[in-house]
Amino acid sequence: MQKTTALLTLLISSSALAASNTLLNVSYDPTRELYQEVNAAFAKKWKAQTGQDLTLNQSHGGSGAQARSVIDGLEADVVTLALSYDIDSIADNAKLLPENWQSRLAYNSSPYTSTIVFLVRKGNPKNIKDWDDLARNGVQVITPNPKTSGGARWNFLGAWGYALKKYKTEARAKDFVQKIYKNVPVLDSGARGSTTTFVERGIGDVLIAWENEALLATKQLGEGKFQIVAPSISILAEPPVTWVDKNVQKHGTEKLARAYLNFLYSSEGQEIAAKNYYRPRSKSIAAKYTAQFPKVKLFTLQSTFGTWREAQKKFFTDGGVFDQIYQK
Amino acid sequence: MMTALTSPKNAKAKGRRVIPGFHFTLFFTLFYLLLIVLVPLGGLFIKTATLSWSQFWEVVLAPRVLASFRVTFSSALIASLINIVFGLITAWVLVRYQFPFKKLVDAFIDLPFALPTAVAGITLTSLLAPNGWVGQLLVPLEIKAAYSQPGIIIALTFIGLPFVVRSVQPVLEALSKDTEEAAESLGASRGQVFFRVILPEILPAVLTGFTLAFARTVGEYGSVIFISGNMPMQTEIIPLLIVSKLEQYDYTGATAIATVMLVVSFVLLLVSNILQARAAKRLGAL
Repeated sequence: MQKTTALLTLLISSSALAASNTLLNVSYDPTRELYQEVNAAFAKKWKAQTGQDLTLNQSHGGSGAQARSVIDGLEADVVTLALSYDIDSIADNAKLLPENWQSRLAYNSSPYTSTIVFLVRKGNPKNIKDWDDLARNGVQVITPNPKTSGGARWNFLGAWGYALKKYKTEARAKDFVQKIYKNVPVLDSGARGSTTTFVERGIGDVLIAWENEALLATKQLGEGKFQIVAPSISILAEPPVTWVDKNVQKHGTEKLARAYLNFLYSSEGQEIAAKNYYRPRSKSIAAKYTAQFPKVKLFTLQSTFGTWREAQKKFFTDGGVFDQIYQK
Repeated sequence: MMTALTSPKNAKAKGRRVIPGFHFTLFFTLFYLLLIVLVPLGGLFIKTATLSWSQFWEVVLAPRVLASFRVTFSSALIASLINIVFGLITAWVLVRYQFPFKKLVDAFIDLPFALPTAVAGITLTSLLAPNGWVGQLLVPLEIKAAYSQPGIIIALTFIGLPFVVRSVQPVLEALSKDTEEAAESLGASRGQVFFRVILPEILPAVLTGFTLAFARTVGEYGSVIFISGNMPMQTEIIPLLIVSKLEQYDYTGATAIATVMLVVSFVLLLVSNILQARAAKRLGAL
């Protein structure tokens, strides 16, 4: 019975006849808890402002797979994905939104950020402190496959950016990253899979993970079994959000979708993000949570690699740097 | 056997059919097949056809893809061969012996059909990982089960088992004991009875089971990606490469690899069908 109701809601919400008080947010895996909280808070606020009841639906999955669903016709009103490359692909392949979508909202359309940190076993037995330790002999590193996981691409670029800053040349950066990947015994297809391999299967000495996932893992699996090690420098991961123009026009939900995304930038939205272990953009909210987020020097993707399209092409398409690392 | 062979001939001679409406049902069958099987697969070929020959070969002959083909086909082959031996033994025991809870054991055989393959993969991985129940026993022996090719083969053996058992079982059941007894009374050894009397009879069914298991396991994705470790050039299976092509929005690259897989599998199915037909014919001639 519950299933039928859920199915009906899904059918109704995705049909073109849907009332304008329904919104479908197509997101990626680790944001489930975040958006549950955001949706409840936003619906409450909207009701107070307009008296209207909202139905906010959320869909989760691998970021790339979610983008493909939208390209293939899943009528998302808003997309909140792991990398802007995935939203770029919706713009390129299905023309559902303009190419310059990322300049429409503040901070590159990323209301919250995260970074890449290390999760190690209790007591840090291999004494892992920075990226260099991951390239050491005898250290086993767990990270997902950048070919199939958006999160894994942030991991890869984090390591590359560090090496480039330290060793200056591309060739030495490549050697460094290759050494790290030589230490990887299992390449899971997604970030959650890697967390399982490290946490449940007990494989590896260090997991390269999103900071929010690492914090969630240490909190949920009981404190004391794992600890977080922040590298000296890491990449600023900016998961972007935007509305899907063609779909919101069709559904008559443009105003609602914009309000929903702007809510993420409000102090209430920023607070919810921080509580769910995402770094808030708001300085005042961030100041309240300094204890939660370790101090890491962060570099942006743009400063080191240019656009996501360029980074994707250079590193992760077939024959790119990642393939070369394994084919030597 | 004789009447079964002659009666359709008689029916044909009289121009009558057992079930009426043959033309209508044939039309329906072809139309249904077209809609369900040929249109989607045709789409695959059409998408692939947007590549030129040189582009196609470039995709398909990339070192990483070749390594994957090797891993996928060799693992599926080994797993299906294992299933022939143990599937045959299982079917034999189920047909020829009575024991308590036989019905229950019989039902267990189908579990790999029913279980979502990802669940199978996760379960096998947690068993065989170095800290799993079985895996930790293998660590001192320096055997690596999970995250290596043996892991893939174990997963595929699990997936393929029911195909062999369910193909062979009915044939074994139908096999009369008379010929076996006759052979034995003429002084044949147990081995001779098996290889010269029983095996020829069940060979077509064994081949069917083998082919079905092979075709199914070549395309298996869910159970393998958890246990294989997915290391490029070593334990990456073809379906994973297809997914990673899709992840790059490289639809044509994905369909190119899928097409090769489909063609190879189809050729194998065809060869096995021909072999089966021959075996059946030889049997009929005996």
